[in-house]
Amino acid sequence: MSTNAVARHSSTSSYGEELIPRYSLAERANHWFGALTYIYLLITGLAFWSPYLFWMVAVVGGGPTARFMHPWFGLFFTASLFWMFKGWRRDMQIDDDDRQWSRDIHSYITNEDEKLPPVGRFNWGQKLFFWGMLYSIILLLLSGIGLWYTEALPWSLRFLRYAAVLVHASVALITIGLFLIHVYMSTVLEEGSFGSMVHGNVTRAWAWTFHRKWYYEGNGTFRPKQ
Amino acid sequence: MSQASTEIIRISGHAGTVPGAGLNREYQVCKLVDTTTCIGCKACEVACLEWNGYTFSQTTFDNSYQTMPETAWNYWNLIKFNEHERDDGSMMLLMRKDQCMHCEDPGCLEACPADAAIVQYANGIVDFQEAHCIGCGYCVTGCPFNIPKFSPEAHKVFKCTLCNDRVSVGLEPACIKACPTGCLHFGTKSEMKDLAEARAEQLRNISGFADAGVYDPAGVGGTHVIYVLHDAKNPELYSGLPKDPHIPYSVWLWKKPLKWLGNLAMIGGIVGLAWHYMRYGPKKEEPIPSDDDERRV
Repeated sequence: MSTNAVARHSSTSSYGEELIPRYSLAERANHWFGALTYIYLLITGLAFWSPYLFWMVAVVGGGPTARFMHPWFGLFFTASLFWMFKGWRRDMQIDDDDRQWSRDIHSYITNEDEKLPPVGRFNWGQKLFFWGMLYSIILLLLSGIGLWYTEALPWSLRFLRYAAVLVHASVALITIGLFLIHVYMSTVLEEGSFGSMVHGNVTRAWAWTFHRKWYYEGNGTFRPKQ
Repeated sequence: MSQASTEIIRISGHAGTVPGAGLNREYQVCKLVDTTTCIGCKACEVACLEWNGYTFSQTTFDNSYQTMPETAWNYWNLIKFNEHERDDGSMMLLMRKDQCMHCEDPGCLEACPADAAIVQYANGIVDFQEAHCIGCGYCVTGCPFNIPKFSPEAHKVFKCTLCNDRVSVGLEPACIKACPTGCLHFGTKSEMKDLAEARAEQLRNISGFADAGVYDPAGVGGTHVIYVLHDAKNPELYSGLPKDPHIPYSVWLWKKPLKWLGNLAMIGGIVGLAWHYMRYGPKKEEPIPSDDDERRV
């Protein structure tokens, strides 16, 4: 458990509460743009998914409006994810430490983080979330175009309609699973994560605890004080 | 055959009860199209336009007698023409009146997410309620007969109503009224089945069409528009009438097993995360040990 670390070390540094930058303003703005568009897609998509949730279109302007806007918000969300890909693809590469981390994921689930290999800017779970969302949005975009202009697909190509409804719903469910875990971990589970995406900073102690490889190797923008 | 609105037995995208649940009408309506006596005059096409208030618009010439390649959002009734060469070398001009089949198990209604955009009446009529339609086009995917058509102007989907407005006041559909040869009939499902079977028997025994029969496909639970065909073993000859129509498998997978798996997974996921928080609690940052500087890379 987390108290072990204190017990292991006789004394602690004095600069643990200092703030260091984690996300740039552009990264944060894009993250929240993507988050809001995804939430819109989630509300309207769930309304189309089940009659028991169809009432949800009322909060976004009614059924026809939701139907009209859902594809456009899909494009906005895609743009947000592609921009993230551009900025983060190097940080999101999975290395040997990540592979070991994924094998030891049980220690992460039970909050025994000290048993895990050191973590870079993002851990294996965050990388999985990123690549999962990226590949999902590609499938959602392709199937979504088929649903956007269903009537433009001729009768002879109707198998594309059949594939589109199934792929779109299945992949959307995968993103909902990823989204639930992402929101849970970044808001309530890992304290300090949510704030870092709002004001951009984390404490040195936070970085040392959760992203030690990033903390030590960093990218030259910060160092612990001598 | 009066048609009270409380006699709705199925509603699309609907979470609650259905007003006509449990009603079992003695009489279900049915349109019979005898393709063997159709002369391709298209009076039914005109009557359909007139009754439903659509004007005739420019069409696409398809190198045949056919008015246009397929039905349109404002053209619900189309005679389809197919020149068929028989085994003995003789030609047949097969003419089939194409319109909504009013399935007993409607794929459009199954696929529709919008509450009450599609309803099925106890008399068998499947009707679109455009005021509730959101224009998603899922009905287009769900239909095995290529009938619902999207209007780019209205952003809604339209199709044949089986003249529900006429039937509800005891009149026959407009197309039936206009037919000059008597190849179109309207009545109860059992009457129309009897009439169709009698005609098919006549075709088999007297007219030499050994494979003549009635098209009332079981894959969609039967339809409220039935055909008499010269060759019931090859309905595809009649401009693509499907041999075994059914709700597309992917629509069934999506609306039945995937929906319940997905709902269980979403609820299970939320419960699982709540359980995790209560069992293991938050992850907190730890103080950095004082030998931190020496450990720097």
